[in-house]
Amino acid sequence: MEKHEGFMRALKCRECGREYPLTANHVCEFDFGPLEVVYDYERIQRSLTRTAIQSRPKSMWRFRELLPVANEPTVGLQVGHTPLVKAERLAKRLGIRELWIKNDTVNYPSLSFKDRVVSVALSRAKELGFTTVACASTGNLANSVAANAASAGLKAYVFIPSDLEQGKILNSLIYGATVIGIKGHYDEVNRLCAEIAGKFGWAFVNVNMRPYYAEGSKSMGYEIMEQLGWQIPKHTVVCMASGSLLTKIQKSYQEFIKLGLVAETDYKIHGAQATGCSPISTAQKAGLDFFKPVKPNTIAKSLAIGTPADGFYALKVMKESGGAAEDVTDDEIRESIRLLAECEGIFAETAGGVTVGVAKKLIASGKISPDDSAVLCITGNGLKTMDAVNGHVGVPREIKPSLREFEALVGTEDKVVA
Amino acid sequence: MAKKVRIPTPLRKLTNNEEVVEVKAETIGDAIVELQSRYPGIKERLVDDNGEVRRFVNVYVNEDDIRFLQNQQTPLKEGDEISIIPAIAGG
Repeated sequence: MEKHEGFMRALKCRECGREYPLTANHVCEFDFGPLEVVYDYERIQRSLTRTAIQSRPKSMWRFRELLPVANEPTVGLQVGHTPLVKAERLAKRLGIRELWIKNDTVNYPSLSFKDRVVSVALSRAKELGFTTVACASTGNLANSVAANAASAGLKAYVFIPSDLEQGKILNSLIYGATVIGIKGHYDEVNRLCAEIAGKFGWAFVNVNMRPYYAEGSKSMGYEIMEQLGWQIPKHTVVCMASGSLLTKIQKSYQEFIKLGLVAETDYKIHGAQATGCSPISTAQKAGLDFFKPVKPNTIAKSLAIGTPADGFYALKVMKESGGAAEDVTDDEIRESIRLLAECEGIFAETAGGVTVGVAKKLIASGKISPDDSAVLCITGNGLKTMDAVNGHVGVPREIKPSLREFEALVGTEDKVVA
Repeated sequence: MAKKVRIPTPLRKLTNNEEVVEVKAETIGDAIVELQSRYPGIKERLVDDNGEVRRFVNVYVNEDDIRFLQNQQTPLKEGDEISIIPAIAGG
């Protein structure tokens, strides 16, 4: 177990602390608690310095010591290092001093933050000898598994709810993955996949590979801190489906503090959900530390998880950091997608609308002070969920190719030359 | 009055690797007690010290999560299929 395991030491149950070998295993057999990778931080500290990081290629793998692969990564070497955009126009509209967009709508290769988790999961799956990879997905993960498996020469099976957006379905099929549409919610897809994973011996990235997979999300937090000039943002707003990303952003901040890469400063992590699937934000607002599962009904399909596996931990992170949670309606999601696009030229998917809409509410209610600085984690590209805004953004105005018709249409209001 | 219980991989060490076992119980709560009598140790894996189903354990009767039914009081009928599934990460 000690050989060839890189900077990892073991898998450990988050509930009872029992340790397990570093195999494809995600559940503690004593209490079903999730397993998490344990690292050798002393060795990491000797190797991972600011200078070392800055000397490496601009991808998520510049933080390689903190990502759970034993050897050098083999899948997704170009993933990450997405832009952190200073959003001055949006800041003005939302009424806050300083605002940043961590823009994973342009993550490589499949245009969502899921490429981060998949490059870790598939690199690790190859190390463990798997040749077939699979996932249960609300869309983005399926796209990423399909794309990254294609380039790695792995066979892929992706399982999705059959009513997903066309864009998300096509974006899995094109890479040659076997796409299975399940007539049901994501939670039902998940349930089936848990049963399949036990039987078929595949690397299910978010089932038996989950301890490795989930760690990939931390790279979004590392990048934010580096791009802000080695500091932790005062506020971070993160959308929540299972709640995993939110917990991993916090873990990334804590790890950088522990390794001395950033100073320990006060930070708050806020969670965003769609009102039509808001088990975590509902619990947070009621001051509860547990959530009640729901049956999702929202256009934010990538966040439509009614039984969020990390909901409990997400609530804990928000409580400990002094963060808040909010949720927004489908109309608010569409308005917010448009607001981000019109202010910053960034077309986010529905989940991005959720994050922007919730940030707007948290600033308006004072839970994020207008004098502070905030980072919004925008996780996926709007070209994949066009169904959600189609019919809500106007239509092109059509004319014949005639100057007279054009002048009649726009008048002289935008004319700048006499 | 047989009902089938699908045993997840982490619990199969307790059921001699049986994937599916049959129970006669009339409710989920009774099914857990019945399983415990045949496979000692299985109950503490599924419920916590307060007798509640553990927060990372999902129990389904046919297609439905028992938290949308009547939790451990959920009645069982002939031919029902019970699944015990660990919670899974997002996607």
